Amino acid sequence: MEVYLDNSATTKSYACVAETVSKVMVDDYGNPSSMHMKGVEAERYIRWAKEVIAGNLKVSEKEIVFTSGGTEGDNLALIGAAAASRRAGCHIITTCIEHPAVLQTMRYLENQGFQVTYLPVDRYGILNLEDLRCAIRRDTILVSIMHTNNEVGSLQPIEEAGALIKSINPRIIFHVDAVQGYGKFRIYPKRMHIDLLTVSGHKIHGPKGVGFLYINEKVRISPIVFGGGQQKGMRSGTENVPGIAGLGRAVEKIYENLEEERAAMYGLKEHFIRGVLQIPDIRINGLTGEKSAPHVVSVSFRGIRSEVLLHALEEKGIYVSAGSACASNKAPKPSDTLRAMGVEKDLLDSTLRFSFSVFTTEEEIDYTLQTLYDIVPMLRKYTRH
Amino acid sequence: MFTSFLIKYAEIGVKGKNRYLFEDALVRQIRHALHKCDGTFQVHKSQGRIYVDALSAFDFDETVERLQTVFGISGICPVMTVEDQGFEQLGKDVISYMAETYGDKKLTFKVAARRARKNYPMDSMEINMEMGGVILDAFPEMRVDVHDPDVYLHIEIREKIHIYSTIIPGLGGMPVGTGGKGMLLLSGGIDSPAAGYMIAKRGVKIDAVYFHAPPYTSERAKQKVIDLAKQLSRYTGPVYLHVINFTDIQLYIYDKCPHDELTIIMRRYMMRIAELIAEETECLGLITGESIGQVASQTMHSLAVTNEVCTLPVYRPLIGMDKQEIVEIAEKIGTYETSILPYEDCCTIFVAKHPVTKPNAGVIRRHEQNLKDKIEELVKTALETKELIVVE
Repeated sequence: MEVYLDNSATTKSYACVAETVSKVMVDDYGNPSSMHMKGVEAERYIRWAKEVIAGNLKVSEKEIVFTSGGTEGDNLALIGAAAASRRAGCHIITTCIEHPAVLQTMRYLENQGFQVTYLPVDRYGILNLEDLRCAIRRDTILVSIMHTNNEVGSLQPIEEAGALIKSINPRIIFHVDAVQGYGKFRIYPKRMHIDLLTVSGHKIHGPKGVGFLYINEKVRISPIVFGGGQQKGMRSGTENVPGIAGLGRAVEKIYENLEEERAAMYGLKEHFIRGVLQIPDIRINGLTGEKSAPHVVSVSFRGIRSEVLLHALEEKGIYVSAGSACASNKAPKPSDTLRAMGVEKDLLDSTLRFSFSVFTTEEEIDYTLQTLYDIVPMLRKYTRH
Repeated sequence: MFTSFLIKYAEIGVKGKNRYLFEDALVRQIRHALHKCDGTFQVHKSQGRIYVDALSAFDFDETVERLQTVFGISGICPVMTVEDQGFEQLGKDVISYMAETYGDKKLTFKVAARRARKNYPMDSMEINMEMGGVILDAFPEMRVDVHDPDVYLHIEIREKIHIYSTIIPGLGGMPVGTGGKGMLLLSGGIDSPAAGYMIAKRGVKIDAVYFHAPPYTSERAKQKVIDLAKQLSRYTGPVYLHVINFTDIQLYIYDKCPHDELTIIMRRYMMRIAELIAEETECLGLITGESIGQVASQTMHSLAVTNEVCTLPVYRPLIGMDKQEIVEIAEKIGTYETSILPYEDCCTIFVAKHPVTKPNAGVIRRHEQNLKDKIEELVKTALETKELIVVE
């Protein structure tokens, strides 16, 4: 049995997405900038995808810029906003549990002379609004907060944060990295006071290498990629038409029955947590229930190195992640998020992330639980002394 | 400008009646090395020399780089070949050769002519003198020095005329395949690929064995070892990599033996298994990357205890080297970058905080008795489930 529980790393594409991508690649392969019919056909896909996404966010089509995914979206949002607002100030606020695409970009901005405040989180991985209020200064130009944490699935109070920021200084730009939250929740930037919103295609059963950034039309940001001036100069380079078309398809599909599918996912998550709590000496990191993301569960297994448990599960066909997969090609390093949440030191390296999708079934969860019951005691027996 | 290479070889030259065996092996290895280069080449022995002639357009740098991976070559001379159109034309060719080869003309030279085709109208002494004059006329800054010149300009009169003067250093050593075959214990570390390289340099063909311990070591750790073998195969030719699943043996030792002796007993079983595969594959010895005192299992005491389980000779070419010297070899052969990727290997997963550094063979043998119920069967299973990967 193959059980894919690493949906926070990436997801399987919807069949209809793959069909759309393939059709565009084989039949409607024109360059949207070309003046002939082939180009116009290709451009139609982009228009259509923009309509779908804009409709979904309840924003205007011209506020959508297609990117190569979450990392580029975060880079464009942060570097672009900082560069364009440099004269207004040099202070930026973020949290210490952001994705590396945000944190590393902040490091870069610090080298460029910006000052960055990293807000702490509580033991559930949630930001305190009072901390945010205190951190805002007269020269604050940008606040970046993730919607849903990728490692423990904690949800941030985005709408309240947006309202707070704008009540203090409406000129502060508010960026939200919604790579993990989009497709799980309905996000309306206008209502939530979000100026910039980063989304990635492959986390919502769309293609890899594509995503979008919502840019509030009242906000000015500078481009970071230069060239032929496509997408009104905000992101030069021939548009990834198959990817964009696939992304549009994925957005349509994932929001079709969102509430129903989300409720089902919460059900599976509850079921999984109840089962996993049968194992002694484990800890669930972060909140459970509807105060958390429906698709992420972070579990620490005392006395077992996460890498070993991961490979033991892999032998049984179960695919999960240790901490966050995005950093896994580097030296295994205890997660920033877990540390920020105050997780004990000897649990940091014993934590696995199980993440679900609409394709996850109860049968798969039961199989995973049974496998854990079988192998955890065995692995606990053999340890380093 | 260059259309062929004259290959100078190292120790083969001093071999006796079996010299042709070494030369043939070298020709074979050169052909293999150039196999992946752009262009068509003819590699041939001619009058006691090996030539690589390019029969088509080729990439000079890539070709030289490939030739520099062949053991047995001490030097690579790029040769300019011209038709014999009289001495005057030869003079012009030599001048253009010198002009292109040497940017700084302020140097001393000596012409070393060799007249293999005896019907050439001038003898070699005459060619030396006349050509020296031609060069001096063309480049007034140059000077002749017959004792210790900066440039030896070789002019060889054969069917065609070969002109060369530069020697690009080769790797030295002996052609792989002339010295039997050895079984390398390849881990993911820095040392073992370097050890394999050192032994291959003496003409030895390399097979390798890797001990895999899923789920404690990952698929990526195995991929890393395959990558290392691949890098090594640039020098050694195809490497037969035997992958042994070691998990059950390791866990059994963990269950039955004192924890601080785990590593040393594990090493003994690795050597035993490597020897069994070596015998089956006709390897004449084991090769390890051990260096005295580097870690607990590589003290002289530990080495003695691991060594005693083998009857085949164990070659440890790094035995007297410091880590830094080993790193330099690894960097030179391009395995270092891969070796330092942080995947756990089976030697480190259960390592005790304080492993024994001065194990006593008698004690270890006695503790190994605890394994007698199942160990033979486990070793047998490990050999039966061995995976063979041909890396090239």
